[in-house]
Amino acid sequence: MKIVVCVKQVPDSAAKVIVAEGGKVSWGDAPLVINPWDEYAVEAALQQKEALGGTVTAITIGSEGSKDALKHALAMGADNAILISDPALVNMDTQATAQVLATAVKKIGGVDAAFFGRQAIDADSGLVPAQTARLLGWPALTLSAVIKVDGGSIKVERGVEEGRQVVTAKLPAVFSLVKDFGEPRYPSFMGIRKASRAEIPAWSLAEMGIPAPASVITWPEIMNPPSREVTCEVITGGSSAEIAEALADKILAEKVL
Amino acid sequence: MNTFVYIDHFKGTALPASWEAIGVGKTFGTVKALVFGQGVEALAKTAFEYGADEVLLADDPALADYRAEAFAATLGKLAADGAPDLLLFPTTTRGRELAAMAAIDLKTGVMVDVTALEAADGKITVTRPIYAGKLLTKETCSSKPQIITLRGRAFPKPAQQAGKSGTLTKVAAVTGDFPTKVEGYTTSEGGVSLTDAGVIVSGGRGVSNNPALTPPSGLDEKQAEIWKAQQGFALLKDLASVLGAAVGASRAAVDAGYVPYPHQVGQTGKVVSPDVYIACGISGAIQHLAGMRTSKVIVAINKDAEAPIFKLARYGVVGDLFQILPALTAAFKKKLGK
Repeated sequence: MKIVVCVKQVPDSAAKVIVAEGGKVSWGDAPLVINPWDEYAVEAALQQKEALGGTVTAITIGSEGSKDALKHALAMGADNAILISDPALVNMDTQATAQVLATAVKKIGGVDAAFFGRQAIDADSGLVPAQTARLLGWPALTLSAVIKVDGGSIKVERGVEEGRQVVTAKLPAVFSLVKDFGEPRYPSFMGIRKASRAEIPAWSLAEMGIPAPASVITWPEIMNPPSREVTCEVITGGSSAEIAEALADKILAEKVL
Repeated sequence: MNTFVYIDHFKGTALPASWEAIGVGKTFGTVKALVFGQGVEALAKTAFEYGADEVLLADDPALADYRAEAFAATLGKLAADGAPDLLLFPTTTRGRELAAMAAIDLKTGVMVDVTALEAADGKITVTRPIYAGKLLTKETCSSKPQIITLRGRAFPKPAQQAGKSGTLTKVAAVTGDFPTKVEGYTTSEGGVSLTDAGVIVSGGRGVSNNPALTPPSGLDEKQAEIWKAQQGFALLKDLASVLGAAVGASRAAVDAGYVPYPHQVGQTGKVVSPDVYIACGISGAIQHLAGMRTSKVIVAINKDAEAPIFKLARYGVVGDLFQILPALTAAFKKKLGK
């Protein structure tokens, strides 16, 4: 099975992200990491490879620094990685990103499955997996929690509001992964050594044979959210029953229940 | 503005954010609601009562279950024929996915999970949270139609006017050989969906720390911790059932195996915005706060007075949640007459 896993580098989820002077987004000295959802995608890809044989190729769009996300995937066990990097690939909206990724999947050739995390924790869009599937003309098996592949047939359980939807389809297909899939593995010591020595090729748009895709969404302003002007009223005194009674009265007085 | 609103439903029950989307659509002019499914004409009636001027009803066995490809094909055809200026979806799992595909089919973009919008000269500027709400961004789309998914509970639900009707237009589903087949559903445990909930009672690591409990013999340390946590979460569930609330959890509680992942609130879980959020034994890691900071009234119960959660809380109790929670459940039972 030839598998591509699409990853993104993002500020760590524990980062304090703010809009600094000059309107630039800043995450201070917090580390950039592989998008946490993408670790589930890498895990799912590796499990399929272990069950059925084949290769796992990690790809990302970004600058030289984004190679770290690819190295994380390699350290987990991916076989190879490709960085898609071009000065024209900035401020892309999701459909432009999906065009680049779909082109890359086609250029890699003979791909049976593309795995994604459910969304990236920076832009929180969650659109790229379905959009890439649509461009490739492949079924979109988004929000998968369980994946079973048997021959060319796929059965997945998708996490939806009402529980799990059980869907069957055929390869090739796009999958996006949710946390219910199961914990991603940690990179092994051998994996980290292998990743640190890996040669990661970089593809430009020219090498991919496409012009820069046009983005239609623009971001005129990024803002810090309004600060919550709350002072915490601490309920004290008396027994637990008296505190609970007072707290219940306060909550009811807010007239939101 | 000619606006299409997609009505998301499961087996004929609409997700409430669909009605909120009709309300938003009405502020821009006429609304055509899109109802897809099998045997779902009753939903069309409800859409009129929430304000839709027209319903485009695709009632077809091929649409009996939601399938992205089949639904997107019908949606794409209707949008190509009807040339709406604006396509609104609720930000649900299905709404987000259909919006994504519609944007590809219609060669436009999506502004996703929007919490506010304004229009000038037919062009909409939206505001939406990014980084799980640590920041907000404004967005515009330079192409038509403008596709927007609206976050649930961010916009008011219009008043339902019983008996109000409109133009019902039956449309053909686009049928074909779609690549996916729905085998069925496995249901989750019952209860209120976190993103629709008006009240959430949420637990963290602290829920496992009841010193008064002695776990049954034969459990190892980890099993004993989970057993204690489950006793603790039972107290949260008691309060939740009196308040008609959903039960949430911090990432720490989910990662420790206390409750399953669908309960997780935070940057890698669900982003919620209830009227009341009661945080029990949750210290308030930044990734958790990002997921619940827009709740109207936040209540924190924690034994550590320095816990960051108190900085967001309107009311706090510094104390033992195992004492406070049962007392709070009893107090609400009495006051709400349950």
